Amino acid sequence: MRAFADLLETLVHTPRRTRKLALLRAYFRATPDPDRGYALAALAGTLEMPSLTPSVIRGVAQARVDPRLFALSHDFVGDLAETVALIWPDPPTPPGPPPGLSETVERLRAASRAARPGLLDELFDRLDPSARFALIKLCAGGMRVGVSARLARTALAEEFGRPLSRIEELWFALSPPYADLFAWLEGGEEPEADLSLAFRPMMLANPLEPERFETLAPADHIAEIKWDGVRVQAAATRAGRRLYSRAGEDLAPAFPDILAAMDWQGCVDGELLVAIDGAPRPFAELQARLGRKRVTAKMLAEAPAHIRAYDLLHDGERDLRALPLAERRARLAAWIETHAPARLDLSPEIRFETWDQLAALRDAQRAEGQEGLMVKRRDAPYAAGRPIGPWWKWKRDPLSADCVLMYAQRGHGRRSSYYSDFTFGAWEPDPEGPPGAERLAPVGKAYSGFTDAELVELDRWVRAHMTQRFGPVRAVEQALVVEVAFDAVQISRRHRSGVAMRFPRIKRIRWDKPADEADRVETLRALAAPQG
Amino acid sequence: MKATELLELRPQGLWCPPAGAFIDPVRPVDRAIVTHGHGDHCRPGSRALLATPETVAIAEARYGRTAFAATQAIPAGRPMRLGDATITLVPAGHVLGSAQVVVEAGGARAVVSGDYKRAADPTCAPFEPVPCDLFVTEATFGLPVFRHPPVQDEIARLLASVRAQPERCHAIGAYALGKAQRMIAELRRAGWDRTIYLHGALVGLCTVYGRLGIPLGPLETVRGQGAELKGEIVLGPPSALNDRWARRLPDPVICAASGWMRVRQRAKQRGVELPLVVSDHADWDELTATITETGAQTVWVTHGAEEALCLWCADQGLDARPLALAGRGEEEAM
Ligand SMILES: [Zn+2]
Ligand SMILES: [Zn+2]
Repeated sequence: MRAFADLLETLVHTPRRTRKLALLRAYFRATPDPDRGYALAALAGTLEMPSLTPSVIRGVAQARVDPRLFALSHDFVGDLAETVALIWPDPPTPPGPPPGLSETVERLRAASRAARPGLLDELFDRLDPSARFALIKLCAGGMRVGVSARLARTALAEEFGRPLSRIEELWFALSPPYADLFAWLEGGEEPEADLSLAFRPMMLANPLEPERFETLAPADHIAEIKWDGVRVQAAATRAGRRLYSRAGEDLAPAFPDILAAMDWQGCVDGELLVAIDGAPRPFAELQARLGRKRVTAKMLAEAPAHIRAYDLLHDGERDLRALPLAERRARLAAWIETHAPARLDLSPEIRFETWDQLAALRDAQRAEGQEGLMVKRRDAPYAAGRPIGPWWKWKRDPLSADCVLMYAQRGHGRRSSYYSDFTFGAWEPDPEGPPGAERLAPVGKAYSGFTDAELVELDRWVRAHMTQRFGPVRAVEQALVVEVAFDAVQISRRHRSGVAMRFPRIKRIRWDKPADEADRVETLRALAAPQG
Repeated sequence: MKATELLELRPQGLWCPPAGAFIDPVRPVDRAIVTHGHGDHCRPGSRALLATPETVAIAEARYGRTAFAATQAIPAGRPMRLGDATITLVPAGHVLGSAQVVVEAGGARAVVSGDYKRAADPTCAPFEPVPCDLFVTEATFGLPVFRHPPVQDEIARLLASVRAQPERCHAIGAYALGKAQRMIAELRRAGWDRTIYLHGALVGLCTVYGRLGIPLGPLETVRGQGAELKGEIVLGPPSALNDRWARRLPDPVICAASGWMRVRQRAKQRGVELPLVVSDHADWDELTATITETGAQTVWVTHGAEEALCLWCADQGLDARPLALAGRGEEEAM
């Protein structure tokens, strides 16, 4: 438990990906089985633990600590797990040796509901504060140390020299504590696994630069819409059903409606959308469903999920990935025809003869749920990764607006000495002012888009023009205009301005432009996709 | 005379009627007895300053020789008559020169702790408990979640991180008086004999410590050394480390040495990559043990988390109340 707690403690304060990878690699190399397997599961979110409610945890602590002192401490610390971890008093008699991670996990999993408080009490006595914290987080779910399952698997691939794509394929066929995985990583046999449901590493596209067109023949390519949802892989066999994200994460718990509709066999690559009668809804509605572990009936009814299929990787048990795209698409169309699957339809092919014709189509795209076009070679097999040549993404040109800087906040890690997080606004009528008066309404936040040199200039400007502080946030004089690029505007009731930008970034600092010539909220609203 | 008549709270600070002096006044007064050199206890402008010789030296270094019309250095442990009271300064173990003020008059004894800690510190004399009737204690870390780990463990974590990341420099935010010198002295004890680099704001007090007989080993001011600082340890005031000053350091690991670092959310908020739980204030266990040790029946609590400590005192049958002193807790207020 010590090594695992130290790992979490260090990860939580480490902003840098390379450093996180180094810490994970060292841990997986040095830690024996089955501890490292449980740690991997905990980080990747695959560890099943009895869930302990806050009231159980609080109850165990308050049996040891004066409830008034506990309450005052909790007020100060904020987080319940951390309060309990820190406040737990030294036991009156010397405790046994600290338990290992596997002992902790296995005993908690075996304990009945009634036995859990007593077991927690015993374990807390034998652990130090950071290990107590780790234990509570194990049961409460959510390590929150900034490590994704993919990062953990990347660490394994790098440390043990096995291909990440193979680890990802095997991943869902294996389970904690992953002894067979580690045995293979360390030079043993590859685990025997039913890979029919395994994640197939996805084929990704490169951005299409206009220069490319000179070398590409329209007839060699097909085009289709790049739908603005979440890329998924849906696999169903006799062994079960799976819905994977692009990174191979399991999306099933958030999308029971999709899972229930997968009464076919095969493996489809497509875009997950919220769609009503086949019409995609704003991305925000999908986003609202993504984070959920449990979905309410109301959400299922109001925001039904749908897959728009791009590709067919398996038809039943037949692996189609080596076939040319044109062939796979023909099979996909036929497969949809045959099975008439619910909540799934074909992403249609766009007919075109010249690139100019296609460019015109792309520029006219405005409908909800479309963020550009995909251009794919007809003869290309389905290959993992991001090979250059077979697939191109041709995003719609970003929209842009001139906004006024309103607030700034320091960044994190490497940027912690710079004001690098910016909130900006657009003008709207000021209902409290005299007729014709205008005020700024915040319309977005951006942390990127500028160069390092521009960041230095922005930072200097913010420091010289601060007017007020709200905790870490600094209000600045409403005088600097920035050109903000963004992918789309959505109507949002959560924002005072009534609009929200998608992927805003600061494209240029408009030192030359007076603030009162910046854009108005109304203008932004007009850019939003038509609702309905 | 009752012990509670030895001290009273006035707008200028804690007034000691029999001695005719204020203890750690917040505004300039005629006569100030000062527990230690931190800015929230020792302010310039009073006519007469009474303190240990080390505190007088520190006060003069911080505020200049003309900040007080007269200074009187009273060595620790030597009783001194002042008005109708006997005043003795007794080591508090907080920073160099820090002292508790023991006030005796009419058969009663009160002790004003100032700031204190019980853990060993190579840069100052250890706290000595004094039996008394009234104990005025600080409570900066007056919640049972605060239990400081042994400082050696924290130094070991720091040195392990330095070894693991030789291409980066470790920049430690540490208060200029006390914490900085203690960190340096503890690093020396752990065998770190390389030059330690300082932000300019730390240089003056490190020099004073050296002059007062606390060896700190080779020190150098951070200028434009750039890449030479890779693998080295740098100390600066906490405010400088998240600011432009830190940009001259090669890829720094931002560390902070403070008792608050025990709460990870605090460390995260401040953008600290390596939090080091090192405090010059008593933790919860030290506070409660010290109160018990003094045998005081009356306890006045200042500095921070008074409520929890007053509750604890009441449970022990002690008469406790919070003392609302303005502007305290500066050096660990982060
Ligand atoms: Zn102090
Ligand atoms: Zn203080």
